[in-house]
Amino acid sequence: MIPVLLILVPLLAGLASFFFKNDKAVRSWALIASVVTLVVSVLGLTVMKTTGNLEYSCEWIQSLGSRFSVKLDGMGQLLCLLNAVAYPLVILATWNSSYKKPNNFFALMLLAQAGMMGVFLSTDALLFYFFWELALIPMYFLCSQWGGERRIPVTFKFFIYTFIGSLLMLIGIIYVYAHTKDHSFSMESFYNVSLARKDQYLVFWLMFIAFAIKMPIWPLHTWQPDTYEQAPTATTMILSGVMVKMGLFGVLRWLFPVVPFASFQWGDFVTSAALIGVIYASLIAIKQDDLKRLVAYSSIAHIGLMCAAAFSQNLSGLQGLMIQLFNHGINIIGLWIVVELIERKTGTRKISELGGLAQKAPALAIMLVIVALANIALPLTNAFPGEFLMFNGIFSSHTKYSMWFIVMAGMGIILGAVYTLNMIRKVFYGDTNELTTNTQDIRWNEKLALGMIVVAIFWLGIYPQCILNETASFSAEIAEKIEVVKQYFDK
Amino acid sequence: MPINYYIYLGIALFCIGIIGVLTRRNAIIIFMCIELMLNAVNLLLVAFSKMHYLAANDIKNPAYAMYEGMVRSGAGTDGQLFVFFIMVVAAAEVSVGLAIIVMMYRNIHSVDVNFLNRLKH
Amino acid sequence: MQNSSHIIYLIAVLPLVGFLINGLGRKHLSKSMIGIIGSGVILASFALSIWVFLQVKGGHTGTVHYFDFINVGSLRIPFEFKIDQLSSLFLLIITGVGFLIHVYSTSYMHEEKAEHYGRYFSYLNLFVFSMLLLVMGGNFVIMFIGWEGVGLCSYLLIGYWFKKQEYNKAANKAFIMNRIGDLAFLVAIFWLIQKLGTVSYDQVFTAANLAKLGTTDITAITLLLFVGATGKSAQIPLYTWLPDAMAGPTPVSALIHAATMVTAGIYMIARSNLLYSLAPLTMDIVAYIGLATALLAATIALKQNDIKKVLAYSTVSQLGFMFLAIGCGAYTAAVFHVMTHAFFKALLFLGSGSVIHAMGGEQDIRNMGGLSKKLKITFITFLVGCIAIAGIPPFSGFFSKDAILLSAFIKNPVLYGIALFTALLTAFYMFRLLFITFTGKFRGTHEQEHHLHESPAAMTIPLIILAILSIIGGFVGIPEALVHGGDKLSVFLSPVIAVHEGHHVSHSTEYMLMGLSTGLVVIMIIFAWFQFRNYQRREANGFGKLLENKWWVDELYDKIIVNPLNKFGGFLKNIIEKGVIDGFVNGTGRLVNYGSRQLRLLQSGQVGNYILLMVVSMVIFFVLQFFLRK
Repeated sequence: MIPVLLILVPLLAGLASFFFKNDKAVRSWALIASVVTLVVSVLGLTVMKTTGNLEYSCEWIQSLGSRFSVKLDGMGQLLCLLNAVAYPLVILATWNSSYKKPNNFFALMLLAQAGMMGVFLSTDALLFYFFWELALIPMYFLCSQWGGERRIPVTFKFFIYTFIGSLLMLIGIIYVYAHTKDHSFSMESFYNVSLARKDQYLVFWLMFIAFAIKMPIWPLHTWQPDTYEQAPTATTMILSGVMVKMGLFGVLRWLFPVVPFASFQWGDFVTSAALIGVIYASLIAIKQDDLKRLVAYSSIAHIGLMCAAAFSQNLSGLQGLMIQLFNHGINIIGLWIVVELIERKTGTRKISELGGLAQKAPALAIMLVIVALANIALPLTNAFPGEFLMFNGIFSSHTKYSMWFIVMAGMGIILGAVYTLNMIRKVFYGDTNELTTNTQDIRWNEKLALGMIVVAIFWLGIYPQCILNETASFSAEIAEKIEVVKQYFDK
Repeated sequence: MPINYYIYLGIALFCIGIIGVLTRRNAIIIFMCIELMLNAVNLLLVAFSKMHYLAANDIKNPAYAMYEGMVRSGAGTDGQLFVFFIMVVAAAEVSVGLAIIVMMYRNIHSVDVNFLNRLKH
Repeated sequence: MQNSSHIIYLIAVLPLVGFLINGLGRKHLSKSMIGIIGSGVILASFALSIWVFLQVKGGHTGTVHYFDFINVGSLRIPFEFKIDQLSSLFLLIITGVGFLIHVYSTSYMHEEKAEHYGRYFSYLNLFVFSMLLLVMGGNFVIMFIGWEGVGLCSYLLIGYWFKKQEYNKAANKAFIMNRIGDLAFLVAIFWLIQKLGTVSYDQVFTAANLAKLGTTDITAITLLLFVGATGKSAQIPLYTWLPDAMAGPTPVSALIHAATMVTAGIYMIARSNLLYSLAPLTMDIVAYIGLATALLAATIALKQNDIKKVLAYSTVSQLGFMFLAIGCGAYTAAVFHVMTHAFFKALLFLGSGSVIHAMGGEQDIRNMGGLSKKLKITFITFLVGCIAIAGIPPFSGFFSKDAILLSAFIKNPVLYGIALFTALLTAFYMFRLLFITFTGKFRGTHEQEHHLHESPAAMTIPLIILAILSIIGGFVGIPEALVHGGDKLSVFLSPVIAVHEGHHVSHSTEYMLMGLSTGLVVIMIIFAWFQFRNYQRREANGFGKLLENKWWVDELYDKIIVNPLNKFGGFLKNIIEKGVIDGFVNGTGRLVNYGSRQLRLLQSGQVGNYILLMVVSMVIFFVLQFFLRK
C-alpha cells in the first residue's frame, strides 16, 4: 500500500489545493501534505520494509496488457525519498517568496510530485510513460505562468525538447511491447524480451534520447540553463533536484535491462558525450556572470559525470551513481536556496554586482561554503563517496579509453573547484558595495531548511553506507546483467 | 456490342467533365461538368452491370465459372443499384449546390468561382 | 592496539570538538575562552600522542578499525587508523608544534574581533584534525580525506582576511593547484583498487600484493602519487601557490605552510616507500624534480624582500631537499629533515611573525634593520633558526641536511654538487634576511621605530621552546660515523622504512663531506655579513631582476594555461553554446516555421486550384497503384 499512498497523497493534496483561497493556508497545506508524504516514504524505508507491503498491482488497461503496478525497490525507494525530502525543504525555504495565485502554484507543484513518484514507482512501461508525462505537464504550466521575463519562449523550448524525447520514448516502448512474448507492458516481460541486435540499437536510441534530454547531457542540454534561469526558483529546485534524476532513473530501469547489448555497445560513445559535456559545461560555468546559470551549468557537469558513471556499468560506478543521485539532489537544492536568498536580499543575481556578503550575512556564507564544497565533492561531505565510487567505476570500466575518461572527468573536478571558489570569492568575500551593504542575514525557516541540508551533507559524507546498503542488490542486478553481455563480447 | 465502346464513351465524358471543372469559372458550368462526370460513371456502372450479367449467365465460358450459382441471386444487378444511389445523391447535390450558387449570386452578383477565395483568409 | 582504540580516535576527535565549539560558539565565547579551548584540545591531543608514541616505542603497533566507510561489492574501505613508528612520529610533530603555534596565535591574533578570533581557532583546530586524519589513516582513502581536508583548511586560512580580494585569490590558487595534484593521487588510488582491490596499507604493502603489480603499474602509481605530492608539497611544477599562501596570518604559515601540511607529500611517499623502492624510474624523477625545485626556489629566495616570501621560498627549497633524499632512497633522512625542518622553520616563521607584530604589520625587510637591539629574544631565536637551517653543527639542520647530502653523494656526485651549492645559497639568503632585518640601521618610519617592542610571553615562549628543539632536535639522528649507535631515528623507523643496504661510503669520505659543507657554509655566512651588515636599498638589475620576479613563472602559467582556458570558456559560452548548439535548435524551429509559411501558399482559396490538386494527386495515386506496385 505504501507505493500507492506515495502517489495518492500528493495527488489528492494537489487537487485539493486548487480550492484554497488563502495564501498562508495553501502554503501550510502544501507543507503538511509534503511532510505526510515524507513520513510515508520514511515508513516505507524503515517500519514497513519487512512487512512486504511495498508492491501493488491492479487491472488498468486490460486490452493492451497494461496493469497499474507499482513497487518500491532499491533505487526507486531512494529517489522517492529524495522526492519526498525535497518538497518540504523547498516549501520551507521559499516560504517568504510570493506568488500570484498561490493555490494553483502549489497544486501544480504537488501534482508534479505525484507524477515523479509514479515515475519512480511504476513497474509497467505504459504506466511509466503516463507518469513521465504527468510530471512534465505541471512543470510546463509552472514555468510558463510563474516564470521570469522570457518565460514563454523558454518554456516553449523546454516543452518541445522534452516532448520530442517523450514521443521517441513512446515509440521505443511500443516497439519493445510489440516484441514481448505475452504482449504486455510489465517490467518482467520487458526484461525478458529478446531483441535482435539491430532492434536493440533502434530501441536504445529512441529511449536514450528521451532520457538524455531529461538529464540533460551534452549536446541536448540547451533547454536547461534557460529553463532554470526563467522558472520560479521553487520550480527550478524541483526540476534540477528531482526531475532530472528521472532521466538517469530511466536509463537504469528501462534501458540497461531491456537492451543490454546496445547499452554496452554504445557505452563509450555516450560516455564520451557526457564527459565532453562535463568539461564544456564547467568551462562555460567559469565564464558565467549569472548565479542561476552558473548553478545550471554546474548541474550539467555533474549530471554528465553521473551519466558517465552509469555507462561504466560496473558495481562501483552504479553504487556511486545511486548515492550521487540522492546527494546531488540535496546539494543542488541547497545551492538554489542560497541563490534564491541572495537574489531576494540584494535584488540581483549578477556575480559582478555582488560582493562582501560574508560580512553581512555570515550564516548564509557558512551555509553556502558548506554546500558549495559538497558540490565540489570535498571528503567528508556527501558527494565525496559518490564521486569516488563513480570515478573508480569509470576507471575500472570495461573500455579501452578508461584512462582518457578519467582524465576528462578529472578536468571536470578541477574546473569545478575553479568556478565554485571564484563564485564564493566574488559573491561572499571582498568588500561590500551599495547593493550588498544592507543585506540581512537569513531567517529561521531558511536556516532550518539549509541546516537540514547541511546535516544531511555531513551524515551521508561520513556514513554513506546507509544508502549503499539499500541499493546494493539493485546495482548488483544491473551490473550482473551487463556482465553477461561483456562476457559475450569477450568471447 | 463490346464493352470497350461504353468504356471509351465513359472515359471521354469523364475527361470532358474534368477539363470542364478545371478550366471553367462559371459555377453553373462547373456544376454541369460534375454532373457529366457522375453520369460517365453511371454509364460505366450500367455497362459493366450488363456485362457481368451476361457473363454470369454464360455458364459455358470457363472464365466466369466462379459466378456459377450466383445467377439466381441477381449477379450483376448491384451496379445498376449503385446508379440509382448516385442519381439520388446527385439530385441532393444539385438542390444544395444550386442553392449555394443562388446565394452566391445574390451576394456578389456573379457565379464566377474565382471570387470564392474567402477560405484563404 | 585494538584495545586502546577508544583512546586513539580521541587524538583526532579532540581537535574536531575544539573546531565545533569554537566554530559554533564564536559569537558567545570570550576571546580567552576561545584561546584556551583551541589550544587545550591540541595539548590534550599532544599528551595522548606522547602516550601513543611511548606505546609504539614499546612495540605496540597496529591498525585500529572503526567502521566501514565504503563497502561496495568486493571493495571495502574501512575507516581505520594505523598507529606505527612513522605515524606516531608525525603525531608528535603535528600536535607538538601545533600546540606551540596555537599558544603563539592566542597572542598574535589578539587584535581580531572575538567572532573572527573564534573563526581563526576553529579553522586551526580543523586543520589539526585533518592533518591527524592524514597521518593516522590506515589506508590511502583516509589519507586522501585528510589530504583534501588540510587543503581546505589551508584555503580557509589563507583567505582568513576575506575582505582583501588579493588574499582570496591566493587562497583559490592554493586550493586549485592542490586539486590538480589531488586528482593524480585519486587516480593512483583507483589504480591500486583496480589491481589489488584494496587500499589498506596492511594489505597493499605485502609481498604477495606487491608481486601482483607489474612494472608499468608500479611506475604509474608511484608517479601519480608523486604528482599528488608535488601539489601538496609545492614542487615543480605546482609550487607557485605556496609563496602566495603567505597571505594568511603568520602562525598559519608556520603551522600549515612550513611545519606540517606541506610535508604531507613526504609522509605519503615515506609511507609507500616499499612501492617506490620498486620503481627506479620514479625515484630518479623524484630526485631530479626535488633538486630542481630546491635550486630554483633558493635562487628566487636570494632576491625577495618580503620577510615571509623569503621564508616561503626557503620552505619550497627545503621540501625539494626532502624529495631529493627520497629520490636517493634515503626515506629516513627525508623524515628526519621533516622533523628538524618543522622545528626551525616554524621557529623562523614565528620569529618573523614577532617581527611583523613589532613593526605593526610591515613585512618588507627593506624597511627594517637594527631590530636586534629592541627584539632580543626574537633575534636570538631567529639566529638559532638561521644557523639550524644553514646546517652548522651541532644544530639540528646540520644532521638532517648532512644525511640528505650524503645520500645524494652515494647516488650521484653531480647531484651532490648541485645540492651542496643549493645548501650554500640557503645559508646565504637566510643570513641575508637575518642581517638586513636585525643589523644595521633602522630604515622604517619614525612611528614604527617608536612602536618597536618585544612580543609578549605567549609569543616568545614558543619561540624559545622551538629554538631549543632546533638546537637539540638533530641528536636523534647523529650519523654512525660520528657516534656509534647515534642514528636512533633510523632504528626507530626501521620497521616501517626498510633500511637500504646499498653501497656505503667510508667514514673518512663522510668526514670530508661534512667538513666541506660546514666550511663552505661558514664562508657563505661571512660573505653575507660583509654584503648585508649595512644594507642600502638599491634597484635590482639584470639577473637580479629575473630572480626578484621569480623567473616569471606565474606570468608564464597565466599565459599558457589560465588565459587560454578563460578564452576558450568564453568562446564556448558565446560562440558554441549560443551560436552552434542553440543555433541548431532554434534553426530547426525556424526551418519548420519557414516550411509551413511556404506550404501555406498552397491554400490559395481558389476552388480551381483545389480541384486541380485533387485531380493531380488522384492521378499520382493511380500511377503509384498500378505501375509502381510490385
